[in-house]
Amino acid sequence: MSERAIRLKVNGREYQRTVEVRKTLADFLREDLELTGTHLGCEHGVCGACTIVMDGEAVRSCLLFAVQADGADLLTVEGLAEGEALHPIQEAFWEHHGLQCGFCTPGFLMTLYCFLRDRPRPSEAEIREALAGNLCRCTGYQNIVLAAKAAAEKLAATGR
Amino acid sequence: MKPPPFEYHAPPSLEEALTLLREHGDEAKALAGGQSLVPLLNFRLARPRHLIDLNRIPSLDYIREDDGALAVGAMTRQRAVERSPLVRERCPLLAEAMPLVGHFQIRNRGTVGGSLAHADPAAELPAVVTALRGALVARRPGGQRVIPAERFFVAYLTTALEPDELLVEARFPAPPPRSGSAFLEVSRRHGDFALVGVAAVVTLDEGGVLTHAALALTGVGPTPVLAEEAARVLVGDRPTPQAFEAAARKVSEGLRPDADLHASAEYRRHVAGVLARRALARAVEQVGGGAR
Repeated sequence: MSERAIRLKVNGREYQRTVEVRKTLADFLREDLELTGTHLGCEHGVCGACTIVMDGEAVRSCLLFAVQADGADLLTVEGLAEGEALHPIQEAFWEHHGLQCGFCTPGFLMTLYCFLRDRPRPSEAEIREALAGNLCRCTGYQNIVLAAKAAAEKLAATGR
Repeated sequence: MKPPPFEYHAPPSLEEALTLLREHGDEAKALAGGQSLVPLLNFRLARPRHLIDLNRIPSLDYIREDDGALAVGAMTRQRAVERSPLVRERCPLLAEAMPLVGHFQIRNRGTVGGSLAHADPAAELPAVVTALRGALVARRPGGQRVIPAERFFVAYLTTALEPDELLVEARFPAPPPRSGSAFLEVSRRHGDFALVGVAAVVTLDEGGVLTHAALALTGVGPTPVLAEEAARVLVGDRPTPQAFEAAARKVSEGLRPDADLHASAEYRRHVAGVLARRALARAVEQVGGGAR
């Protein structure tokens, strides 16, 4: 079994682990670091549930190997809230019923985290395009779009 | 599912990557952005013994002007191309097609070289480089060759690259003055593979007569399809709606697309004609505007 030692930062914390080279980054986060907030739906890059932020950009963690994240700085859904205080995007999802079963939610949150940083005042069409790569099988898209709009306003108001 | 076992190599230089590729040949796969290869691994449709990860080779990540062409390093992220002012200025067709490739999370990892070397017949970049009569630069230890786009895409998911060759650069020639271009596609949802896509390039002379036209289509054959007959009927004509209509008919007539779950062959032919007509009109509008 081919293994490598890797070192990376996740949600501000440094980790050093030895990983099998074929282990995806998503499985590594869930199994080795026990950060099970990152969800796996399709495991081939279509559903977006496993979206995380790697070196500042939203990526599919099921389409990366953990060994490729050696030296990287990651943000997962566990890193959004500050203690008990939810991130404004999380608050907006809560307030606007932007989740039903919640399985897809971490991917939507991490996608929006990057999208709203790059485009702080998006139109609804831009929001829908940005969210096109995340599937919600409860089909709660209307409220997810509402939550995204509200999140943009909250972020603008707090200057984040 | 989970990927089958493989040996992992992450060479820090192109030379080392080429040596590894020569050593392992058919048993190796080059890993670029992984947005097509890793799904194949996860489904166990691909079982390479060796994976040669190119992500630690910074010399393959660049966008620059080179001898009248836009040269893009194979490991340049699609997102970087999308954000590049140089691409918008020098190759508006590439700039227009880029946001249609997958979703932004995919483009954050996906590379220009990866998409071209994967050669999916529904993908946008192969049609762009084909419409522009661009070229692909392949390297092997001690050698390099430049492959014209029309000869690079050989069959479904198959390119002219030899097992020991690596795609290192895509070259998009700058069209002459008074040129315009457009990329249009129809897909079920934004970011899905297109049912049909059309890349159009036109050039007008001072008198407003078409001196060059090229149409490359995706999703209607095993490789990007150049609608040469349609282009031929346009040259020498004025860019009128009637001329576009005639060219669009030629496009539809010349295609033999496959049917699948998403669209019948007849529907694909119809959409190809409609998109060709619209893309030509849009390309002519861009002359003197977006183009140089």
